[in-house]
Amino acid sequence: MTTKLFGEPVRRREDARLITGRGRYVDDIGHTALAAAFVRSPHAHARIVDIDVDAALDVEGLVAIYTYEDLTGPLAEPLPVLIPHPQLHAPRTGYPLASGEVNHVGEPVAMVVATDRYVAEDACDRIVVTYEELPAVVGVDAARAARSAVHEEIPDNVAAVHHQETGDVEAALATAPRTLSFTQYIERSASMPLEGKGVHARWDADDGSLRVHTSTQASTSVRAAIAAKLQLSLDQVEVIAPDVGGGFGVKIVHPWPEELLVPMAAIALGREVKWTEDRREHFIGSAHERQQRQEITVGYDDDGRLVALDVHIWHDNGAYTPYGIIVPIVTATQLVGPYVIPTYRVKVESVYTNTVIVTPYRGAGRPQGCYAMERTMDRIADVLGLDRAEVRARNLIRPDQFPYDHHLTFQDGRPVIYDSGDYPGLLDKLKALVGWEDAEAMRRDAEARGTLLGVGMALYVEGTGPGPYEGGHVQVLGSGKVLVSTGLTSQGQGHETVLAQIVATELGVPIEDIEVTTGDTRRFGYAVGTFASRAAVMSGNAVALAARGVREKALRIAADVLEADPGDLEIDEGLVQVRGTPGAAVPLRTVAVLSNPLRYAFDEAARQATQFATHDDSKPPVAEDDEPGLEFRDYYSPLRSTFASGAHAAVVEIDPATFEIDVVRYAVVHDCGNVVNPMIVEGQVHGGVAQGVGGALYERMAYDADGQLQNASFMDFLMPYASEVPDVDIDHQQTPSPLNPLGIKGAGEAGVIPGTAAIASAIEDATGRRITRMPIAPSELFDLVNDESAERTAASARRAGTGTMPAGTMPAGVRTTGVRTTGVRTTGGGA
Amino acid sequence: MTPVDAERTVSLTVNGVPREATVPVRRLLSDALRHDLGLTGTHVGCEHGVCGACTVLVDGAPVRSCLVLAVQVDGRSVRTVEGLARDDGRGGQLLHPVQEAFRECHALQCGFCTPGFLMTIAAGLEARDAAEEISEEEVDDMVGGNLCRCTGYANIKKAVRHAAAAMREDAR
Repeated sequence: MTTKLFGEPVRRREDARLITGRGRYVDDIGHTALAAAFVRSPHAHARIVDIDVDAALDVEGLVAIYTYEDLTGPLAEPLPVLIPHPQLHAPRTGYPLASGEVNHVGEPVAMVVATDRYVAEDACDRIVVTYEELPAVVGVDAARAARSAVHEEIPDNVAAVHHQETGDVEAALATAPRTLSFTQYIERSASMPLEGKGVHARWDADDGSLRVHTSTQASTSVRAAIAAKLQLSLDQVEVIAPDVGGGFGVKIVHPWPEELLVPMAAIALGREVKWTEDRREHFIGSAHERQQRQEITVGYDDDGRLVALDVHIWHDNGAYTPYGIIVPIVTATQLVGPYVIPTYRVKVESVYTNTVIVTPYRGAGRPQGCYAMERTMDRIADVLGLDRAEVRARNLIRPDQFPYDHHLTFQDGRPVIYDSGDYPGLLDKLKALVGWEDAEAMRRDAEARGTLLGVGMALYVEGTGPGPYEGGHVQVLGSGKVLVSTGLTSQGQGHETVLAQIVATELGVPIEDIEVTTGDTRRFGYAVGTFASRAAVMSGNAVALAARGVREKALRIAADVLEADPGDLEIDEGLVQVRGTPGAAVPLRTVAVLSNPLRYAFDEAARQATQFATHDDSKPPVAEDDEPGLEFRDYYSPLRSTFASGAHAAVVEIDPATFEIDVVRYAVVHDCGNVVNPMIVEGQVHGGVAQGVGGALYERMAYDADGQLQNASFMDFLMPYASEVPDVDIDHQQTPSPLNPLGIKGAGEAGVIPGTAAIASAIEDATGRRITRMPIAPSELFDLVNDESAERTAASARRAGTGTMPAGTMPAGVRTTGVRTTGVRTTGGGA
Repeated sequence: MTPVDAERTVSLTVNGVPREATVPVRRLLSDALRHDLGLTGTHVGCEHGVCGACTVLVDGAPVRSCLVLAVQVDGRSVRTVEGLARDDGRGGQLLHPVQEAFRECHALQCGFCTPGFLMTIAAGLEARDAAEEISEEEVDDMVGGNLCRCTGYANIKKAVRHAAAAMREDAR
């Protein structure tokens, strides 16, 4: 049977074109289009004194040059603040082309349109921009110090102060048996999809219509933004996300300057215009994420149970805040993870720096929150001399506590109420999967081989599938083909396959008959976008509801034809039949034909629906409450997000001579509720883990003090190759969501969330040195281990005291005794 | 010195078909394939030879087409992802074992890096003795030079083993 496909590892329907070179990405479209290229700021912070284009005018093939002076109407205004929030008290956004001032290296200053990209870049090279440099603010600590301001009228550099609390945290801390405080850092990485951004625009002057292809995660909203900024009516604009070569968050931001300027030029010039972002542009002209300073105070008791948690985060939002404070909110609210935290207070100060904007990258603030919470758990265990897994176990929300209300407000403005989960189950599975109880034996074995081994773990809960809504449309054609569309976009997640599986199962049709379209405003105009692990939850449920609507109508029409009760009918393999009565059946394609009463028989099948072929003259051909066609449109709008969960463990081995860090094992236990396609979910986990390992050990945006990005190329920014990614062991748990018809939770971001926390824990376990800055490179670990003043863990001292770490396993100059507690304030009794 | 925009006519064989293109001497092979010859299956991910997405075979050997000028392949034979499958003689196509394996093993997600992996791996598999069982070192070698941001590589490695096993089966 090929119709009951929900839960099956169905091979992907998008692959046939992608493995044969027949994919259609933005740069594959418009071979005769003019090419756009941009002059971008070489300075992190400067006033534009003059733009001299004279020398560029001689370039053969030049078509047009645009600067801010050429922008009119809404286009000359700042780009929108996409997600306003009352706590975002000083929002700032850039202009499509810089107006008088630039605030980061890479900010667009002028656009050149020419016959091809080579020529456009020749012209860019000849445009002379005179700048008056201003002091650059780089990094969280410089922003806090505020010796200079990114935006003159915001002298403290603070864009927003996000604050939530669930009780009197100071009182709770004052009476807590124990407290400890520490500060830690996490640095910038970026989504870095293999395909950068790209925009192609075609203006039809005859009918006044604009068609835009863009590599986006939110085509409906790009459409609305283009219409607003170019003063077009919404119905004049079509936006299509074709095949998109990865997104991971960066392409949810919109409208990018290029998404407005390329259509603007296409209209002005009456020619197709295309821009394809190059890799350096992507590094300096798109978005980054992750950088935070976290100051944490936790109150707990002698058993390691949390009493209160007080977190103060400084979040670097880069030069502008087009995406509001979503990342800070997500960090603040997802930090609590799977734990009972009796009293919680969080304050996130989001600060401006003269660097690329910070907007969601897979995880979108969750990896930072997980890092804060899980490193807190590790410290409590260390102080108390308890197993790190045991401290976590003692604080977990129990399965009988759902729905569990954290009394926080999530990124969708809705309460953080966990819908379902089994966190002790996750922890038990993780311990078994990674061999947690055998850690000492693994360590001794590694010591015998001359390497340092450590294990670490991290747990997370991830709010997925936020609203406001997504829609689905399902239509059965007279040919038997089933068209499915949803407005949200795809960037490689396999939505064509997953949505087809859902419709095949709901409607009872072969998957081969189903065609899925995503992210095309011509097919579905209402949508929000693909982010926050929401596509399967939102569009999955929406198309399921739409398929159910089609099914109901099909049964009603077929019941008439078969003179049966709709309740006695079933649909299987595209055939509507009376249950238990072989032969009493009508194909769904015939039902589709009959659903549309006709006057004209345009083909053989249509004859069945024409006016002299049908005989019931007792009612109108289309009933009052009905409409022609076998199609249905429906929407899924959730009350609140659904919460997926998981637990990861890492085993690292460290070469004591070179301090090369090797993740030798990586274990994942994953719970995203009911799974539509386990092959695809595992693929998402694998990819997420690779990005987690990259974020923990390799990837960082290396800005110098002047705001120059020193590693803006794949040669210098170290994304993992196959050799850097460990084998991943996966175990599954399924606690269905009670919130949506299919019982599913999102899975897209999960794999990346606990990577930094788990690997930091493992490195700390291996070296006995407190890890407070991630990512960490071998050279940094070498320096840390050789730094006399570096904080040592209590566990390492205990281990040294019991003789489990023989002398000679650490390199010369490394001491394993002499515990320090710098940075840790312990009250109410010793460790 | 030749000006960068001086044009030359380049004659080459692409996927077995003689092709000709008149291009500026500075035109990269990747751009010539994509924009002059309309073969957009070859993708460009970094423009500096690091990611491998643009890998094509020149006279059978993997080459990063973003690091080669179109004029350098004059008179040579280029194979791209569009030429990986064979005609089945009935108007359809027979996928290369590595293409089959990528689909079977879920070795691609967004598909942007995929053509580069396919061409690199195809060259690797075709250059070895298909009758021999593939070693993990060989697998690592074939996938080790290309970047993928989606899959975490596990399924790409699995696909190489899968394709090698299929080719071994055929070689028997």
